[in-house]
Amino acid sequence: MSAVPILAVDRLHKRFSGIGAVYDVSFELEEGAALGIIGPNGSGKTTLVNLITGFVRPTSGRVFFRGKDITHLMPHERVGLGIARSFQMVRPFYNLPTFKNLIIPLYSPRARRIKGGEYGNRDEVAIHLLEEVGFERDSQVPYKMASNLPHGYLKRLELARCLALEPEVLILDELFSGMSLSEIASLLPLIEKIREQGTTLIMVEHRLRELFRIVKEVIVLNFGEKIAEGAPPEVIGMENVRKAYLGTEVGASA
Amino acid sequence: MSAAYRKERLDRGIKARSDDIFALASYRELLYLIGPRAALIGGLLIFPLLRDIIGLVWLNVMLTACSIALLALSWDLLASVGLVSLGQAMFFGVGGYIAGYLNDAYRVPPLLTIPIATVLGALVCTAILYPVLRLRGIYFALITLTLPLLFQRLIEATKILGGTEGLSALDPLPETTVVVYIAIAAVLITLFGFRRLINSDYGLVLKGIRDNDRSVIAAGINISWYKAQAVFLAALPGTFAGALLTHQLQFVGILAFTANYSILPLASTMIGGVGTFAGAMLGALTLVPISELFRGFGTWRVVFYSVILVIFIVGLPEGIFHYVQRQYHQFERRAPLAGDK
Repeated sequence: MSAVPILAVDRLHKRFSGIGAVYDVSFELEEGAALGIIGPNGSGKTTLVNLITGFVRPTSGRVFFRGKDITHLMPHERVGLGIARSFQMVRPFYNLPTFKNLIIPLYSPRARRIKGGEYGNRDEVAIHLLEEVGFERDSQVPYKMASNLPHGYLKRLELARCLALEPEVLILDELFSGMSLSEIASLLPLIEKIREQGTTLIMVEHRLRELFRIVKEVIVLNFGEKIAEGAPPEVIGMENVRKAYLGTEVGASA
Repeated sequence: MSAAYRKERLDRGIKARSDDIFALASYRELLYLIGPRAALIGGLLIFPLLRDIIGLVWLNVMLTACSIALLALSWDLLASVGLVSLGQAMFFGVGGYIAGYLNDAYRVPPLLTIPIATVLGALVCTAILYPVLRLRGIYFALITLTLPLLFQRLIEATKILGGTEGLSALDPLPETTVVVYIAIAAVLITLFGFRRLINSDYGLVLKGIRDNDRSVIAAGINISWYKAQAVFLAALPGTFAGALLTHQLQFVGILAFTANYSILPLASTMIGGVGTFAGAMLGALTLVPISELFRGFGTWRVVFYSVILVIFIVGLPEGIFHYVQRQYHQFERRAPLAGDK
């Protein structure tokens, strides 16, 4: 390994009032890599994302960004470094018109630093971002209240919110959940484009077929432990991964 | 044959999609937009001139109303960041005591004590509230409810700042009419300032924190810092009101922290309409005079006053301003039928 990994997670451990959610998970990501995190429900995927982004403090373990220890940075400071995340449960500002939702990330120090001189009008940048994630050009949708949008659009709004921050590491927490197959199909090229532009990508996902089109390596979590890592085809072939997803036979103890 | 015109709402066509783009076609539309604002400013500016007709008492009522309006505007700004305050008296008291102390101990003239007390007081209040800014809803509200009481008892127990007797014989301000004008100017500046602020991108961030603070964090914004800024901005009118009244009364005592200064701004905002600032101000300019009208009734005053409050809140839960605004937006004019040119 020559270069410093853009993101390194070192034995991250999180217990919620005694119950372990994530056990000693470690991994490293090269710049521009795309990592999938998979695992059954409740296996600690979202907690891991929360630990990396700082929304949850680890019980032990450390997170490094470009070799710098960021374990004690506040979530907004990590965003400032370029680690952006989407939420599994959409979190729009329902009382605002859709495009105004993007003014808030565009107002952040990071977005202003990067985009500051480039555009004068944040509203226009916001509309442009919405078009990028697949809101129809020249439609009224961007001006509708976010509360009137269907779920698929809200997911895309989440993605646009991340893109507004010009992320270096983009963490998508189950972006595809609740989206129709055609909606997912229309987003895949965009995500592939983001990856090709050099953004490091972490995707937590249940839709494996779509995930494997984008990522070339995955880690599998089960009960908070990393039980496998590697290229998608081999990982899926592993015995313990199959067991984790499909369960083992019960009855021996009964 | 049908009529050769249709009804059209006046505000249609003036506002083009966005709130801040106006396409004015005629002076009548200009009047429609400016009318309410001009009526408010004009009315407030003329009021003190009527002193000989209405008497000095009502000038003083106006002064109280303006103080409550300032505290109500302050409450509304805090509420727009999601901070519910039950302790607006803290701003009032801190401002009052800083002005009083500077004047009493160092004979600093009111021309200086008032601005110093406004800014320094707001800084002090922000520093005090900073540790609890991460609390939300009822938890934050409870802390703010306690703080003015704490100050009151602290002054009483330690006998600092004049103890229960307060600081008296402070330097007076010029004539009451002038003071009322200063108060009115402060209300108008705060009102239009806050309204402009909350509609800016900065204000959007503040409202975002109220609606969904985790999303604002995820957008890379330091919400504690923004909340602190909002508290500072909200404290300014409150501390100013405290400092101004201290010099007007030439006295400041522990009653500056009394619950009246917490409850009245809150009630004003409720009956005026939350989230518009204009509502907060209208509420204060309605409630305070009503309270004064009932002064002759003695003990019954509070009863009548409470009944009126209940009627307002039950009858107009959205607030006076929201109601009036909606009615105003429904004014119609005759417009040519589509197709007719």
